[in-house]
Amino acid sequence: MTTPTPKRPPRQRMSLSLRNDRFRGLLWQIAVVAIAVALVAWLWSNAVHNLSARRISTGFAFLGREAGMPIVDTWLAYSPKDTYLRAFIVGIVNTLRVAVIGIVLATIIGTLVGIARLSSNWLLSRLAAVYVEVLRDVPPLLQLLFWYVLMQGLPPARGAWRPIDGVFLSNRGLVVPSITLDGGQFWVIGTAVLGFIIFYSLRRRLITLQIQDGRTRRIWPYGLLLVIALPALVSWVLGVSWTVTMPELRGFNFVGGWTFAPEYFALLIALVTYTSAFIAEIVRSGIQAVPRGQWDAALALGLRRSFVLQKIVLPQALRVIIPPMTSQYLNLTKNSSLAVAIGYQDIVSIANTTLNQTGQAIEAIALIMAVFLTISLGISLIMNWYNAHIALVER
Amino acid sequence: MATATQDTSRPTSRPRSAFDANPVTHWLRANLFSSITSSIITLLLIALLARMIISFVHWGIWDAVWTVPGNDTSACRAARGLGACWAVIPEKYRFILFGTYPYDQQWRPALATLLFIALFYASCLRRFWRRELVLIWAVMLSLIGLLMWGGAPGLPFVSQERWGGLPVTLILATFGLAFGFPLGIFVALGRRSKLPAIRSLCVVYVELIRGVPLISLLFMASVMFPLFMPDGVNIDKLLRAQIAVVLYAGAYLAEVVRGGLQAIPRGQHEAADALGLSYWQNNRLIILPQAIRHVIPPLVNTFIAFFKDTSLVLIIGIFDLLTTAKTAIIDPAWQAYSVEVYIFVALIYFAFCFAMSRYSRHLELQGKRGA
Repeated sequence: MTTPTPKRPPRQRMSLSLRNDRFRGLLWQIAVVAIAVALVAWLWSNAVHNLSARRISTGFAFLGREAGMPIVDTWLAYSPKDTYLRAFIVGIVNTLRVAVIGIVLATIIGTLVGIARLSSNWLLSRLAAVYVEVLRDVPPLLQLLFWYVLMQGLPPARGAWRPIDGVFLSNRGLVVPSITLDGGQFWVIGTAVLGFIIFYSLRRRLITLQIQDGRTRRIWPYGLLLVIALPALVSWVLGVSWTVTMPELRGFNFVGGWTFAPEYFALLIALVTYTSAFIAEIVRSGIQAVPRGQWDAALALGLRRSFVLQKIVLPQALRVIIPPMTSQYLNLTKNSSLAVAIGYQDIVSIANTTLNQTGQAIEAIALIMAVFLTISLGISLIMNWYNAHIALVER
Repeated sequence: MATATQDTSRPTSRPRSAFDANPVTHWLRANLFSSITSSIITLLLIALLARMIISFVHWGIWDAVWTVPGNDTSACRAARGLGACWAVIPEKYRFILFGTYPYDQQWRPALATLLFIALFYASCLRRFWRRELVLIWAVMLSLIGLLMWGGAPGLPFVSQERWGGLPVTLILATFGLAFGFPLGIFVALGRRSKLPAIRSLCVVYVELIRGVPLISLLFMASVMFPLFMPDGVNIDKLLRAQIAVVLYAGAYLAEVVRGGLQAIPRGQHEAADALGLSYWQNNRLIILPQAIRHVIPPLVNTFIAFFKDTSLVLIIGIFDLLTTAKTAIIDPAWQAYSVEVYIFVALIYFAFCFAMSRYSRHLELQGKRGA
């Protein structure tokens, strides 16, 4: 990107001479584009030739065929009889569910570690520094393999660890009690989400009022009412039953409950620990970028340190934090493709299996690229919107 | 977090007591027990740390098995669940470090590794930051190539398929940097060019590569690349992976260099133009030397990330350090001791990355001091 100049020099007239800048520029462009086009054309003609020699028809028609690949860990209904398209969708959902939960957890842990790194408590800040340094300097793939080996080394289902009743940790993964979800429950959850949205806009409105007249208003009772009491009322009126199914050990495996497969769990831990180390550094430097005077002024007003951090320093630090944070989120999403190394079936793993089964290399890799470019674009859009939202409003 | 603060030496209004007179207790009080919350955190952390250290000492040192006779792992099996089996390291370290390179020739990859380290060390010294550094790199890299391939008298030829371990990791990373960096410079210049066709080509290249995971590029290199070549042209797998790594590095380094270019004030361009320098002279003599100096710390950080990322070649089956480690524990006798092997390899990666990150920190501090 070039910075806009206040006054452009008058454009030189084009003349057909090598000493003329505009003409030379045009020649350069023609040459570079010609080389690029020739290269692509050459590669393409080779590919067409090779594909026809191997009797592979190009195109996405294979997506409608029966996939015949088993997918073990999925949220969507899937059987090997389903089509490749369905398998790809399952893969995308698997990628998203590790990426989204990973981003949330990494942000929370990273922020806490970043704050801990600036603590006045020497031991706490040292430990946070060690956490960051160790996790940052070991390749994520190695960490992933390490966690996966540890998962496999857990006791078998029969001797599973039971930290709390109904929660089992074994080499089959983590099993927790489940709640049956059908019609009624979704209404209640919907009400809670709606209540939260109303609460959020109400909160903003109240804060605006507070800025106008300076009177503090209690916000939390509204939250309690909208997010807890209202859904509870809906649940009671509709007579929704909340049955909790406890997992049970039958033979060698668990019945009932929600299972987080060891592959998913290992991937999540590796991504979260690795990324949180980077986020911690971003948060630390963001907080340090806030001028000391802000601390001093706020403390001089007699505010508590935790209040100063939450309400004065972090909001200002966010402006420094958000842009590098966005690229960490993108990195986490891209790193989720390491799943293929331990057999968690994300989009890359499923595309790879498809590629081996059908030989549709170009299509499979084009799909991977399309999916990741879309996710990256989505994250960038959300983060840019958020960045604009918190940007300093100057008079 | 109530304990967050920015400095540790805040003057307290508390009256001076006997605690403050003694430097040790004064330090303890200021840094570990400055308030009730802080004291609770300290005590909790000490308890947690003590537990962790004790169990690690038990597992890693006290109850660990350090050597076993031959391939007989019964001692390790007896200690299973209690102590580590470090015996796997002396048994397997040659394979982990050098892969399937002929056993009696393994001094060559070892020497190559040392040359790499010497090359990195020399490149870190400010006194070597001159034009001749390019020449040193060229000579050293050819020397390393000669050592690894052999073919000269006294050095039997070793084909690439037998290379493995640490040298392969270093080769992928170093050659990736050596070719990716010039590529990145050209792309960064292209992205800031006034010529729309060149600019858009560079933007597409950078955004496409940065938008997808490295794994998909490596898949492309291993599966799609042969499709794009004419019949009979068969490029070695390591070289294909190397090309993917160079393209990947080029895109990321281009963005770093672009950051440096943006930091150069317009006046520099205009002054150089006024001197009558051409576009290339202008960039070579005036703009790039300044721009690159600006971005050396982020360049080192990119290189660290990139060094770690080379481990992904495991997925397409190239024998880098991580792959040899994973292969070493396929051996049924040692299968159960992968944690020990992973810790060993993690230490090697850590040593390299930690050295680089310390160096980058050092550069940043120097930059702040205005060196």
